[in-house]
Amino acid sequence: MVKRHSFSDLSFDIVNRIFLLFCTLVVLYPIVYILSSSFSSANAIIAGKVWLWPVELSTNAYKAVFRNKQVGTGYMNSIIYTAGGTTISVVLTIAAAYPLSRKFLPGRKFFTGMFIFTMLFSGGLIPTYFVVRSVGLIDSRWAIILPNALSVWNLMVTLTYFRTSLAEEMFEAAVIEGASDLRILVSIVLPLSQAIIAVIALYYAIGIWNSYFDALIYLKSSSKFPLQIILRNILIMNQTDLSMGADLVAMARRQGMADVMKYALIVISSAPLLMVYPFVQKYFVKGVMLGSVKG
Amino acid sequence: MQSNAQSGNVSTQRGPMSLRRRKSLLLMAQHWQLYLLLLFPLANLIVFKYIPIAGLQMAFKDFRVSKGVWGSPWVGMKHFINFFTAPNFWTIISNTIIISLYTIIASFPFAIVLAIGMNELVSSKARKTVQFLTYAPYFISTVVLVSMMMQMFDPRIGILTKLIKVFGYTGDNVFGSPTAFRHLYVWSGVWQQTGYNAIIYLAALTSINVELYDAARVDGCSKWQRIWHIDLPGIRPTVIILLILNMGYIMSVGFEKVYLMQNPMNLEASEIISTYVYRIGLINSNFSFSTAIGFFNSVINLILMLTVNKVAQKVGETSLW
Repeated sequence: MVKRHSFSDLSFDIVNRIFLLFCTLVVLYPIVYILSSSFSSANAIIAGKVWLWPVELSTNAYKAVFRNKQVGTGYMNSIIYTAGGTTISVVLTIAAAYPLSRKFLPGRKFFTGMFIFTMLFSGGLIPTYFVVRSVGLIDSRWAIILPNALSVWNLMVTLTYFRTSLAEEMFEAAVIEGASDLRILVSIVLPLSQAIIAVIALYYAIGIWNSYFDALIYLKSSSKFPLQIILRNILIMNQTDLSMGADLVAMARRQGMADVMKYALIVISSAPLLMVYPFVQKYFVKGVMLGSVKG
Repeated sequence: MQSNAQSGNVSTQRGPMSLRRRKSLLLMAQHWQLYLLLLFPLANLIVFKYIPIAGLQMAFKDFRVSKGVWGSPWVGMKHFINFFTAPNFWTIISNTIIISLYTIIASFPFAIVLAIGMNELVSSKARKTVQFLTYAPYFISTVVLVSMMMQMFDPRIGILTKLIKVFGYTGDNVFGSPTAFRHLYVWSGVWQQTGYNAIIYLAALTSINVELYDAARVDGCSKWQRIWHIDLPGIRPTVIILLILNMGYIMSVGFEKVYLMQNPMNLEASEIISTYVYRIGLINSNFSFSTAIGFFNSVINLILMLTVNKVAQKVGETSLW
């Protein structure tokens, strides 16, 4: 009886493995291709010799990219925005989630509603732009950090966690011992919520590192541009001649060099996240789960 | 007070009411620290989310920078009428909706099939590896994703340009083609997000009762039959809820990726509401007209979200809020 379907099951397992292998290869191929291209010579790129492994191994593209001042400035700016923005965002999220998670607090429903409403309705691009302008944040680094500092989605995830995972008895015991609300937050809530704080910090950090829109509309001076704007200018708008600073050689060679440098730039800009990814993946999976279990 | 006195319930109603009020005042005083904490996020919310909502009045005015948002003259529905009667109105709306629907149709089956496939892997190490690798593209930024596409579909050196030429593609610049735009947009999204989207189905699959599988095995069901009769019905509620909720977003396609992929040659397919609002408002400085379009879009989104949430509540006893 049990063995009846062994052939069908075997065929299923084979098909399934081939399918998953195919999915994985499709996902991996562009990444490997970009990586290999970035380590190939300009001539090999132009001749179309690269399709899987590097051809005529070379690190010239990386040397050229590292010489580019814009990229360095962009990198530094992105680190500043990501570090500062994530800190402020996490602090604001906890400052909202903790009071709103205390069930007895008068006005709790009203304030929660105020936050949720902004997920459903917004003033949109132009009115927001004018508010940012009227508070004097145009071309200020704060414009990258403050206007979207609080993600209501992350707030709801944190709020749900606080409400469901922290036992009411702990709070009662702390109150009996005479602890103030801030004291409870620092000594009880935060230590017990490290996992969720890690999750939302990661979400915020990835979001800030990868976004370019706020910088596009609010920043004017190139010394403040984050990496993504620099990347857009070089990779998509072809604005900057990447071979500047390198030897001036024939036009064709320059064009070829510009292409390899694009590959190198793609690798360099994505490297930090992809290197951190293996260590934080479990937190992300946890975050998706928490987000799906809504309170 | 007056009506309470008349209904004769003064002692029973008024007493508890004021007691409750006094009690909540006392609570507020006791927990002033909580309100102090709340003040910071709330201030951020009011300045950057609620004041812009008040600024939506620009949509009904002829905004002049010299007079400011509040001082500019009212013009009623002029900008809305201009938008509804504009020759490109239907193009922009339909571009937005087509991109959303195409994304939903293309991405749902892939995520579900990937999740089921991973769930059937016996070795948890293999499962983790597949999950780890397929999830990785989620971390790539939009700018990098679009540049990767542009390099791989480059007319001169792009490796995928060569591939599609083998399959009979005759055009020279994939990125300049309006018909290719939607396919590039949607399938690059599938490439980037299927691994991420699969996680939620994988969670739903692992929460299916193990006894069902044991019973199926005793009854001699094949793996195909188990997937058809246990797995798919098991994740159906999740699929339906996600589908419904996604319908709430069909008019709110994000700006970032579309804008990066846009060029004058593919504009007829790639102009969507959010990029149009940006172009009209911040590039052409037509602030009131742009605000009106954004307002129209926000109202549609609100209606969609409320409808979709009601439907989700009815269907699956789940809701967004």
